[in-house]
Amino acid sequence: MSETSEKAVTFRGGGFAPKPKAWIGVAVFVVLIAIAEWGTQSGWISPLTLPKPSDVLETFRQLYTSGLLFQHLGPSLARLAVGATFGVSIGIAVGVLIGLFSHIRSGLVPLVAAIFPIPKIALLPLFVIWFGIGEGSKYALIAFGTFTPTVVATYGAVDNVDRTLIRMGQSFGLSWWSIVRKIILPGAMPGILSGLRISLAIAIILLVAAEMLGAQYGIGAYILEAGSLYDLERLFAGVVILSLLGVIVSTVIGFIERRMLGWRS
Amino acid sequence: MDIRLDGIGHSYDGFEVMRDITLDIPNQQIICIVGPSGCGKSTLLRFIGGLERPQRGQVLQLGNPPKDCLNPLTYIFQDFALLPWRSVTGNISLVLEDHGIRGAAAREIITDVLARTKLTDFAKALPKQLSGGMKQRVAIARALAVKPAVMLMDEPLSALDSQTRELLMDDLVSLWSRQPFTAVYVTHNLAEAVRLGHKVVVLSRRPGQIREIVEIDKPLADREFGDADLDAYQKRLWNLMRDEARAADEELLHV
Repeated sequence: MSETSEKAVTFRGGGFAPKPKAWIGVAVFVVLIAIAEWGTQSGWISPLTLPKPSDVLETFRQLYTSGLLFQHLGPSLARLAVGATFGVSIGIAVGVLIGLFSHIRSGLVPLVAAIFPIPKIALLPLFVIWFGIGEGSKYALIAFGTFTPTVVATYGAVDNVDRTLIRMGQSFGLSWWSIVRKIILPGAMPGILSGLRISLAIAIILLVAAEMLGAQYGIGAYILEAGSLYDLERLFAGVVILSLLGVIVSTVIGFIERRMLGWRS
Repeated sequence: MDIRLDGIGHSYDGFEVMRDITLDIPNQQIICIVGPSGCGKSTLLRFIGGLERPQRGQVLQLGNPPKDCLNPLTYIFQDFALLPWRSVTGNISLVLEDHGIRGAAAREIITDVLARTKLTDFAKALPKQLSGGMKQRVAIARALAVKPAVMLMDEPLSALDSQTRELLMDDLVSLWSRQPFTAVYVTHNLAEAVRLGHKVVVLSRRPGQIREIVEIDKPLADREFGDADLDAYQKRLWNLMRDEARAADEELLHV
């Protein structure tokens, strides 16, 4: 036993636990834009393939100084807000009803499944006939597009509320309405909020589609106009605005989640 | 208020799980129900509190609950069933709100039950900040807040480690000694049964039937961890159950 070899045990645990690293996300953007800038400057990316990031920035600056930015942004944000508010609130209400009542569930789940895959853009002409070429059709398109993913996320979230908590509520003699309001809704909140992330991203996508018909101002209208003229600088400036909008919405939801869902372990 | 179980029987999908259970639960006594897994002891508890309906027989309430009793049949669950988004205080006020008790009246009750369960310092904590033992204390405080006539305890200590279990058993005994309550206590742990039960009801394996009712005369307050006479009771219970438990363990699950 004198020659016992001694060796450290090989470490084989760890990993599989991604953590957010604050600046890497920003660095990826910076590197990609730097490559594009360098490529367009030195000429190995032709200006027809990709506009110069510095030119896009310049277009954006002009947009801002001329005041056109807010002229476009204002109507778009209003359309997003109104459309998404309608779609999300009706979606949550219907989703909760599907989660609570057998008849409504049996009746509406197939209907929602049938509506979900329809590209809502295809229905724009129909909405124009129903709600007019003005703001109505734009609200309807965004509302309709956010409605279906919200319904699906909400009834899934209601289904996932811990049944033992509901039995607890019943065993203490809580009324039906108390159980819904104090146990089911807060319990479904995490699922509803993560559904909201998807719904609002879809709302931004549909904004461009909604502004295809009968819109003079709006980010979508701006992008479409630039697109039809092959004005890549303006096209990209518009796309950057939509991306920023997406990032802002996602940040706001993240903030709400931290505030409202601090109870999650 | 007493509870009488009168010929309770039940089947799930034609599969008999319980047969002809008749049992009296007298006022201010703790009745422990033990039995091998799958004998339907938790189902029986749900029948007593009206969360499920037995197919045969009935559960009777003899006499009226005391006047100030808000929720005569009150459960304590194995997994605590606390709302994770409400603080300790919020979890207790939840069960008072529906009885119209708010504000100062609610605060008075909450302060009282928190003091009785030694939770005063944790009033504002969220469930995720509490250990398992603390969570079950909160659930006990919540149950006390509605002044139950009968407490229905479904393996309340089974999710806790053995040291916490000892501590909570002491707490339950001192709660009972100060103010005797009626309880049906379902457990698979025989040590708990002999520490807390005035009577221990032994159920057979499926279909669950009452095999024997063992009475333990020793006052609750005098019972202690490792008492020789309690050990003798525990041994007797185990002898009653051993073969049943083995058979139940080897059974295929019909789910």
